[in-house]
Amino acid sequence: MTTSMTANTLRAKRRSSALRTLAFMSPWLVGFGVFFAYPLVSTVYFSLMRYDGFGVPEFRGLDNWVYVFQDYPLFWPALRNTLWLVLVMVTCRVVFGLGVGLLITKIRTGAGVFRTLFYLPYLAPPVAATLAFVFLLNPGTGPVNSVLEGLGVSAPGWFTDAAWSKPALTALALWGVGDLMVIFMAALLDVPREQYEAAELDGASAWQRFRFVTLPNISPIVLFAVVTGVIQTMQYYTQPLVAGKVASGIIGGSGQSFEPGYPDKSTLTLPQLVYNLGFQRFDYGSACVVALVLFALAMAFTALLMRRRGGLIQAGDR
Amino acid sequence: MTQVLERPPVAPGGAPPAARRAAHRRVLLEWIAVHALGIAAALFFTLPFVFVVLTSLTSDQQALTRDLWPHTWEWGNYRTVLDTPGFLTWWRNTLLYAGLGTALTVASSVPVAYALAKFRFRGRHLSLLLVISMMMLPPQVIVIPMYLFWAKQLDLSGTLWPLIVPMAFGDAFSIFLLRQFLLTIPDEYLDAARVDGCGELRTLLRVVLPMARPGIAAVALFQFFYAWNDYFGPQIYASENPGAWTLSYGLESFKGAHHTDWNLTMAATVLVMAPVILVFFFAQKAFVEGVTLTGVKG
Repeated sequence: MTTSMTANTLRAKRRSSALRTLAFMSPWLVGFGVFFAYPLVSTVYFSLMRYDGFGVPEFRGLDNWVYVFQDYPLFWPALRNTLWLVLVMVTCRVVFGLGVGLLITKIRTGAGVFRTLFYLPYLAPPVAATLAFVFLLNPGTGPVNSVLEGLGVSAPGWFTDAAWSKPALTALALWGVGDLMVIFMAALLDVPREQYEAAELDGASAWQRFRFVTLPNISPIVLFAVVTGVIQTMQYYTQPLVAGKVASGIIGGSGQSFEPGYPDKSTLTLPQLVYNLGFQRFDYGSACVVALVLFALAMAFTALLMRRRGGLIQAGDR
Repeated sequence: MTQVLERPPVAPGGAPPAARRAAHRRVLLEWIAVHALGIAAALFFTLPFVFVVLTSLTSDQQALTRDLWPHTWEWGNYRTVLDTPGFLTWWRNTLLYAGLGTALTVASSVPVAYALAKFRFRGRHLSLLLVISMMMLPPQVIVIPMYLFWAKQLDLSGTLWPLIVPMAFGDAFSIFLLRQFLLTIPDEYLDAARVDGCGELRTLLRVVLPMARPGIAAVALFQFFYAWNDYFGPQIYASENPGAWTLSYGLESFKGAHHTDWNLTMAATVLVMAPVILVFFFAQKAFVEGVTLTGVKG
């Protein structure tokens, strides 16, 4: 077809198709420029400035960077908490999500009802779910501790105890495991039946079937769950913040005297530092330093996700 | 249960009755074990809801005790919450943010997703990479310049517009999810429409949109829930003006004002959770489909 065209009509056609693409892409092109590229460049700029929102930003070189890494008392605790959450919370969520996914594929009677019940907590709005858990786990009147003490177990202070606040957040995260359950369920149903039958003929035990048939088949999904879990942990903000605020309110009697990361910095995460530095201390420059650390971490794991799982992009280019 | 029991046991056909009975018993035992675990898990997932609802119905005095089962059923607690100054305003603001935001997101993301899925152009791959990067970007990374832009240059802090307006320029997650969905529509349909003389816009509106309805429904739901649940956005832009708060943001301050009244706080919590759960029951299929689409297709 193209051979019969003159060079001119061909060029015209190309130009109109380029215009068409441009037109369809335009909302995002504007969005990309105004809400991604510009603020990102601007964040780098502010990270080198001293600026409190009034007057003119003052160039200070790497001062903000030195301050955040050396003198800002909340940075390292927040980073340590993030590491804890990555190691414990993400692992627990993936294992539990896989377990619940396996369970739901085995349930024969009332599978639909079970699936809905397992999935619902994932939908609970984070602020509401966090409030609910602070109530359920509160040491004074909370039902969980009533039960534990009834059983003669000395019950922990959960959100009011620095050693137990992150396990309590983990419990909250496990309650909302519905997203992983659905993803694992879909993956488990895709494992070819014949492989199970072959393994069974070879006399493989249930554990061996899981280890040598199920796991290799779903390993890309496990990796996907782990990496997206890590990325979500980098953004973990609402639950730890609300839990800390509300739990400190129980103790102090009012939410006003909030100490970031209550109790004892144990619920601090990196995104909270951006808020603390930028909107409580009005040190926009240092807030941008933390923002860039967050950016580097998030992008590193995103790159990992895309390299190890080409599927994310190539899904349609088969 | 009978259905399972009547199923022929796994043992080969000619096996002696004893072996058949053993296999039979194994199936039954497995059924019991699986369903017992299922019920245990169901308790873990539902009991928090049950406790929250029960507490929301206790009297003020009882809420201070460990006694969970309401002595008197205080439905009036919900009335009290709804009569709290501001609560209805937060509802209205949340609906505006979630409703308008969702409409804008869908309208602006569909054409972009369509171009990424179906057009061949230079930079297509790069654009997709950038969309994914935007999707993975924590909102806190760019919040300082964005806040300065909206608050200092446009003087819009104390409103929800800094959160709604960007949704008119494509949302990365929605674009990505829609693109994944549009890839599953065979090109033959589009070619047929073009042969019939449809322009690209007509093809999109008349042929692609009707077929993409499940994908659009999933995106709309996700976006609606995102706005409904958003805490960070309203905290940054609306905190100074209680008249612009959303439910998710207001709920926490409600707790602050009623710090010992767990019954009222839990009633407010129920009122924030309930709409989301209701929406889910009406749109369950689209939702679950969307969750699977986000990462694992392909």
